[in-house]
Amino acid sequence: MSTATGPDATSTSPAVNPRALARGGSAPTARGPRESILSRTGAMLVMAIFTLYFLVPIWWLLVASTKSRGDLFSTNPLWFADFQLFQNIAGLFSYRDGVYLRWILNSILYAGFGAVVATLLAGMCGYALAKYRFPGRETIFNVVLGGVLVPATALALPLFLLFSRVQLTDTFWAVFLPSVVSPFGVYLARVFAEASVPDELLEASRLDGAGELRTFFTVSIRLMFPALITVFLFQFVTIWNNFFLPLIMLRSEDLFPVTYGLYAWNSTINQFPELRTFVLVGSLLSIVPLIITFLLLQRYWRTGLGTGALK
Amino acid sequence: MRHTKRAVTAALLTSVALAMTACAAGDSGSGGGEAAACEPAGEDVTLTFTSWIPGIEDAVAIWNEENPDIQVEVQTGPSGNAGTYQNFFNQLEAGNAPDLGQIEYDALPNFRVQDGLENLAACEDVVAASDQFLDWTWSQVTLGTEDEVYGVPQDQGPMALFYRSDLFEQNGIEVPTTWEEYREAAVKVREAGGYITNFSQTDINQFAGFVWQAGGQWFANDGDAWTVELTSDESVKVADYWQDLLENDLVSSYPAWTDEWNNAYNSGEVWTWNSAVWGANSISSGAPDTAGNWSVALAPQWEDGGTAAGNWGGSSIAVFKGTDHLYEAAKFALWLNTSEEALTSLNQTAAIYPATTAGLELPTLTEGVEFYGGQPIYDVFAEAAEQVNPDFVWGPTMTQTYADVSDGFKAAASGTGTLTEALEKGQESTIATLEAQSIPVAE
Repeated sequence: MSTATGPDATSTSPAVNPRALARGGSAPTARGPRESILSRTGAMLVMAIFTLYFLVPIWWLLVASTKSRGDLFSTNPLWFADFQLFQNIAGLFSYRDGVYLRWILNSILYAGFGAVVATLLAGMCGYALAKYRFPGRETIFNVVLGGVLVPATALALPLFLLFSRVQLTDTFWAVFLPSVVSPFGVYLARVFAEASVPDELLEASRLDGAGELRTFFTVSIRLMFPALITVFLFQFVTIWNNFFLPLIMLRSEDLFPVTYGLYAWNSTINQFPELRTFVLVGSLLSIVPLIITFLLLQRYWRTGLGTGALK
Repeated sequence: MRHTKRAVTAALLTSVALAMTACAAGDSGSGGGEAAACEPAGEDVTLTFTSWIPGIEDAVAIWNEENPDIQVEVQTGPSGNAGTYQNFFNQLEAGNAPDLGQIEYDALPNFRVQDGLENLAACEDVVAASDQFLDWTWSQVTLGTEDEVYGVPQDQGPMALFYRSDLFEQNGIEVPTTWEEYREAAVKVREAGGYITNFSQTDINQFAGFVWQAGGQWFANDGDAWTVELTSDESVKVADYWQDLLENDLVSSYPAWTDEWNNAYNSGEVWTWNSAVWGANSISSGAPDTAGNWSVALAPQWEDGGTAAGNWGGSSIAVFKGTDHLYEAAKFALWLNTSEEALTSLNQTAAIYPATTAGLELPTLTEGVEFYGGQPIYDVFAEAAEQVNPDFVWGPTMTQTYADVSDGFKAAASGTGTLTEALEKGQESTIATLEAQSIPVAE
């Protein structure tokens, strides 16, 4: 995307460097085994470069979003000019009757709702595979594991042809239904359920007269919570960023998720240059829900990842 | 953006290959061989129409208001090569293609070869309207055949020369009228510290426009087989010309549409752009600091006093195979591209430059343009539109040809090959691609 190729990553703007370096350089608080100054500096340097590498495009996006179309090309790409962010946002929100807001809403629906359902399904499936013994259990698990290996892109077109048969293309369900499947989630949930839900607890709850469903929803699900949050986050981000499936399935602008909508705009920038600003501001705003989700769930997914890694 | 497009194309191709193998067995007789009759349905009809032009809904809304019995639903997506064409092919495969779709001229033969389009020659109104269109736009939709019409021309991109009148004047350089003078001017501009133009390694379409102007042909189709002529004399002449400019550092070679490219124009580093009519918007938005300093002249000619123009871009509205409403679809396509109200709406909201002779007289297309110092620049393009050679034909595998030639052009821009070599490579791989798809190639 042209928006990302803009800034020269090696150019050193005084505005951004000290900050990024400070962030990269303030790390040596860990009390690990002693290392030579040389290797530590080397590591710091590598980290600083990577920090820059990841932060500069975002910084550029932030700066570019605040500029008017004229200033975009004639001013320093890494520093602010005339501050126009709010005019740009207003323009974006009003362009074509606020179709952008609709896209954001769609993305939240696809990703939020889809990830909740996907997490629930993956959690139940992983739990069942971990805690119940039944014939074919390993076969099912291996098939699910195989599913992790198939790229979503390769499935998109067969899905399109399937959905065409049942006349579901260009509907909400065309994007939603494939999104609630998460083989990786099943895998994670199984591993986690095996480690964190003790059989004794299940027996105890059975003795107390709870049915299997009730046991799952009142006891097991709490123990699995960190893993489920991780699955939710993974799935949320995957659906949010899923681009190819909507590209193939959707024709109605009202159903587009924000990634696809922005891509469509970006593809016509040559002929409709006014869209450039909207694509920039739209890209910036489209990462806000992701950031919010991550911050809200940070506490959980940290423990989730950590626990999984230790056990 | 270019990279994304590549990635998407690659991904699309992979998945198509998968689907082809998956569906080859199950696909039978949904298309039907006989041509559909062009007759009214006699009942209320809803048509689906896919276009990526922002603002085309406005024109469609006018139609829907006036034609309660033929309602049109607009569907949208990314621009053709960025995914919508592939979607069309997928939809044709699945049997749920829209009734109408936007297709650029260079992609029409591909859809024709894949048997994805209805022949509008069955519709009397469409055939009768042929003389309303500029000759060359009409021959783009007939693909050079006698009794076949595969779309209604919508817009066009006649090429002319955008130039910095202020810089030419300040430096006492004449505005070139021939390509020879253009090279001489390039030397002077270089001495003054600028570049006369930017040779974009990615815009093979622009280069094709140059070949078109030089009287060259890349493809010919005699009804049975395709002839591929990327290395025709005219094509090589054009390639050698630009090769010379590149080798002598007389032109810059930024990838088009990038920030560097915009900046090169905005800062006055690059002085001219041989571009199509829609380029007027690209300059005014990409180089806003240069407002009032640009003018437009007819393109430099290969012969002194010549009157030839190239074309870059343009599209048609085609009707897809399998529609149940050929008559209504053709009627709508014709209205959208010939009626004054539709053309006015398209021009105002979507900056469409019409393909009809009457359309070129729209009031907005005869006024002076402020960014261009008040010059009525569209008069120049109207003149250029009349000079476009009607015989230029696109091949059925343009996506692949563009990609291969573009790879070679990139190499040439970085000094590791020549433009002619790029054309030779494109020639070879185009023939190979045609043969791989069992499309007959004449030797």
